[in-house]
Amino acid sequence: MQIATKEITAESLVRAALDKAEEYKDYNIFTSLDKDGALKKAKIIDEKIKNGEEVGKLAGVPFAIKDNFLSPVGNTTASSKILEPLKSPITATSVKKLEDEGAIIIGRTNLDSFAHGSSTENSYFGPTLNSHDKTRVAGGSSGGSAVAVALGIVPFATGTDTGGSIRQPASFNGVYGFKPTYGTISRYGVVAMASSTDCIGFFANSAEDIDLLMSITSGRDPKDMTTLPDYYNIETGKSSDIKTIGIIKDFNNDSVAPEIREALKKKIEELKSAGHKIIEFDMPMLKYALAVYYIVVPAEISSNLSRHDGVRYGYRSSEAKDLDEVYGKSRSDGFMPENKRRIMIGNFVLSSGFYDAYYLKAQQARTLIIKEYENAFSKCDFILTPVAPNPAFKLGEKTNDPVAMYLEDVMSVPLNLAGVPGLAIPAGETKDGLSLGLQLVGPRRSDRELLRFASNIAKKEGK
Amino acid sequence: MKITCEEIDHLAELSNFSLSDAEKKSLGQDLENIIGYISQLNELDTKGVEPTYQVFEMENVWRDDEILEQDASTDQLIALAPAEKDHQIKVPKVL
Repeated sequence: MQIATKEITAESLVRAALDKAEEYKDYNIFTSLDKDGALKKAKIIDEKIKNGEEVGKLAGVPFAIKDNFLSPVGNTTASSKILEPLKSPITATSVKKLEDEGAIIIGRTNLDSFAHGSSTENSYFGPTLNSHDKTRVAGGSSGGSAVAVALGIVPFATGTDTGGSIRQPASFNGVYGFKPTYGTISRYGVVAMASSTDCIGFFANSAEDIDLLMSITSGRDPKDMTTLPDYYNIETGKSSDIKTIGIIKDFNNDSVAPEIREALKKKIEELKSAGHKIIEFDMPMLKYALAVYYIVVPAEISSNLSRHDGVRYGYRSSEAKDLDEVYGKSRSDGFMPENKRRIMIGNFVLSSGFYDAYYLKAQQARTLIIKEYENAFSKCDFILTPVAPNPAFKLGEKTNDPVAMYLEDVMSVPLNLAGVPGLAIPAGETKDGLSLGLQLVGPRRSDRELLRFASNIAKKEGK
Repeated sequence: MKITCEEIDHLAELSNFSLSDAEKKSLGQDLENIIGYISQLNELDTKGVEPTYQVFEMENVWRDDEILEQDASTDQLIALAPAEKDHQIKVPKVL
């Protein structure tokens, strides 16, 4: 990505990004833009460069944040009515690390409200349109960030991935999207969804760019006790360039769109001709992953979202006459239908009489899914699968059928349950010009090796 | 599995939602479909399997019991509240 220099100023980079944001306004990518603030920051960086002062690794690079990252720049709405008024004094650790290196926020991107969704249609501010076809969804939940990078508005954007919310929109828009190993990047200052699967990650145009962002943002944060000590920046012994890649048979059958299977086949041939070894196996537990996910995640959502009650911040219903009504009316008005579904499902699976049959059972199944990954990674270095069974679907196609929408996540959620990293890589287009994506999955803490492998295969293909 | 009106009312209460009748009806149908889907786990034998509640590799992360530097002042936080009086968050009557 282009860093500011004496010749190419931060101001020109930021202006170009803001102009493009304006040009693509009808895609509904941003929930807010910070034109004045961004230009002011750019001028400060240009001044430093002019004076020969040290600037960071991302000096003057414009970027966008998914609108569930806290920062005093704009309101952190989570694309919801209940958080629409929230002007946070706090900055998320990940955002702060990027800003400390000189990157400049130009705006906040649209998402499914509270990141609940797979299409960005559940946003209080309306859907974001697909970068390749305006009649189709952007994917989700980080749809705005994916489209902002795909249309070249910004060279990178932040996202969150609880069950595919970075990888699926990345594949729907033809960009790279990375979900790291659970715990790699601090979640301090990010609106919580499901604490046992939430991950911070990025959208960019190459695996190298994501590698740079990872090296900046990884590592332990005293403000988030669930961050791992930095492993990303620690050099390990050089491993072989020749890798064994696993293909999951169940993710390469009739349930997958023909053009995605074709893209997978092509990639397999490319890998083979580059000397990598391909093996095929079954992972029969993965077919239960989606059911496990839609028990565990709503359970955690019902708990995490109970804090949004109209008392301390955000929207409060003006019709509330007593405290109970403050809670009830503010939450009923403030949440989208999908938020309500998930909160109620969560309360259902956790409630007495159902806990053992659903919640406990799901967490046991999760153990079996993790074991299956461990077994798979004893046989191969990485796994290659589609990101989703279909390319971007039509706007409105699945909004009335929550289960059909959930099924879009069938290939992305297993990683989150196991905490392993996954990278969505662009894999060509359909004959109608829709983006296709594949995902490379690695064992825990293989993040850097995974990104470097992706970078190597892209170079081999001359991209 | 059929979700009764009473169960929807109970879940709405647990969730702190005041729902309209139309909302209850549509949510009830959606929940029934979702629960139908997740119930496929019944066919899986998990006897004797330990549950996994989190995938963080570390346990009991300790820190010294001292106040860390705060990113926001009390004034800033109180300013976020929808209603405020005398430097306190104000709500309608409780009792």
